[in-house]
Amino acid sequence: MTPLLDIRNLTVVFDTPAGTVHAVNDVSYTIEEGETLGIVGESGSGKSVHALSMVGLIARPPGRIVSGEVYFKGRDLLKLAPRELYNLRGKEIGFVFQDPMTSLNPVLTIERQIAEPLRRHFNLSKNQARERVVELLELVGIPNARTRIGQYPHEFSGGMRQRVMIAIGISCNPKLLIADEATTALDVTVQAQILDLVRDLKKKIGTTVIWITHDMGVVAGLADTIQVMYGGRIMERGPVDAVFEDPRSAYTWGLLKSLPHGGKRGATRLYQIPGNPPNLIEKPVGDPFAPRNAFATERCKRETPPLLQVEDGVAGHKAAAWYDLRAELKKEREASA
Amino acid sequence: MTRYLLVKLLEAVVAIWGVVTIVFFVSRILGDPTVLLLPVGAGPEEIANLRTALGLDEPLWQQYLYSLLAMVKGDFGISFQHVRPALDVVLERMPATASLAGLALIFGTLIGAIAGAIAALMRGTVAELVVMIAALLGQATPTFWLGIMLILLFSVELGLLPTGGAGGWENYILPGLTLSVFVSASIARLLRSSLLDIMREDYVRTARAKGLMPRTVFFWHIARNALIPVVTMIGIIAGELLGGSVVIETVFAWPGVGRVIVQAIQAQDFPVIQAGVALVAGIFVVVNLLVDLLYGVLDPRIRRG
Repeated sequence: MTPLLDIRNLTVVFDTPAGTVHAVNDVSYTIEEGETLGIVGESGSGKSVHALSMVGLIARPPGRIVSGEVYFKGRDLLKLAPRELYNLRGKEIGFVFQDPMTSLNPVLTIERQIAEPLRRHFNLSKNQARERVVELLELVGIPNARTRIGQYPHEFSGGMRQRVMIAIGISCNPKLLIADEATTALDVTVQAQILDLVRDLKKKIGTTVIWITHDMGVVAGLADTIQVMYGGRIMERGPVDAVFEDPRSAYTWGLLKSLPHGGKRGATRLYQIPGNPPNLIEKPVGDPFAPRNAFATERCKRETPPLLQVEDGVAGHKAAAWYDLRAELKKEREASA
Repeated sequence: MTRYLLVKLLEAVVAIWGVVTIVFFVSRILGDPTVLLLPVGAGPEEIANLRTALGLDEPLWQQYLYSLLAMVKGDFGISFQHVRPALDVVLERMPATASLAGLALIFGTLIGAIAGAIAALMRGTVAELVVMIAALLGQATPTFWLGIMLILLFSVELGLLPTGGAGGWENYILPGLTLSVFVSASIARLLRSSLLDIMREDYVRTARAKGLMPRTVFFWHIARNALIPVVTMIGIIAGELLGGSVVIETVFAWPGVGRVIVQAIQAQDFPVIQAGVALVAGIFVVVNLLVDLLYGVLDPRIRRG
């Protein structure tokens, strides 16, 4: 079966006065229909930029797609004419953005904002669109939908606005839903509600989801596959359980180690990955995480490791590392014992 | 809504009262108008008689209270110069000022809006540079100088247009153009920066992610929001222009409100000064109120219950 999305060697840079920022470096991956992919990484890891760039949502200039192909249902998105891209956005690929009040237009009603993609892609009449908007708001759990559609974003709470964003994202039943930090601005209880909602919606409408976040916990609860990005590259990728239990990239391992564990508050200081995020203005050489990695070898600093299947791991578990993390950790344990 | 309007109305009354009061006392400092009104060589007795006739010999506070009471009733007194009701003297100049202001506002706003939109949409091109330099020059050039230069070129050198005065449509061209340059330059600069700010907003990215056509994104999501500060600017300019551009009306000998007030100040015609200033203040307040109401239409966040 051909994958729904097949990204090959995507490289994106930003031309800034300070120099060329290498935001996405040679990223390749596929996602199958119905799969939920969680992409994790810190700010500047390229996780959002690569997703926005494949449907033409980064500003060009300063952004520039240097190379790559992005096949969606067999067509290369990077070669589409603008009009074909407009027809695809919102309809085949839905987006849910982070909302600290800013992702919804403050001067348009909720009804208009949700109805826009419906009227644009399906030529619905105003009344037909209104019925669908009410249906969508009920689906995402907004009570009194019929009275609330005439209201404006500032009349909604943060969690409710995020639900509105999700309603916009799924309004045209897209094949692929890309959620970019969709729960980051919300408090923990609201975040849990939204995640429940997404799991529920996935069951109902069967959309393929790319969930971009910096929160490992969110990915653990939602995704089938996790993909860890750093410095514009994929460091590790695989089934969620395999990666969480048996990480093979030192960056993944560091992220997992720095998570707080339930019930042990204050017992030990939280682990912190040493060093600073990479400066992407310098042309990246070698493994981008090498300067912060205690296990890095000489080769890591010179040569970029390819993303390869982990030899003794489960199918689909891939990592980009010259060192053998499992062997290194074993040595460390034996030394301390 | 009614409460909001009542508050605004009260503010307006206080503002106009303040302006009238300041003008009353400041104009009295200017000197004694009777000397100017009588022929050269008039004796002290004649001066004293005229002062009594005009009510200028009474204590200042009494004059102030009398004229304030009369103004509430709409009576601004009789013009010393024209010997007619002062308000009539000012009001009959209103059509000339209003038509010139309207013309400059419509043309200036249209040209400014188009130029500003071009500059924002063609960011980083020669077109943007040209618009921005033109707008900067337009805003920085003193209007009286521009007016005089236009008269020199089109009236004196080429003999195409009248140097001043009102009458036919050709009299509108030069003063209208001079005012439009300033209006369009201000609006072009503000609209450009406002558009560029809004284009970076997250909700514009949301709109594009919905697959909307670029013109829908531009008109409904970018321009709609970018216009809010521009509306305020247009309101302020409208208030200024309707009060009569003193400089332009003087340069082009335009028979408008601004010019009649200047003439009244020179002649120390107190009733006309007071009527003129009260009218200008009133117009300013009304235009501002309209802008406030329009603001509520454009931005639901400040709509009041």
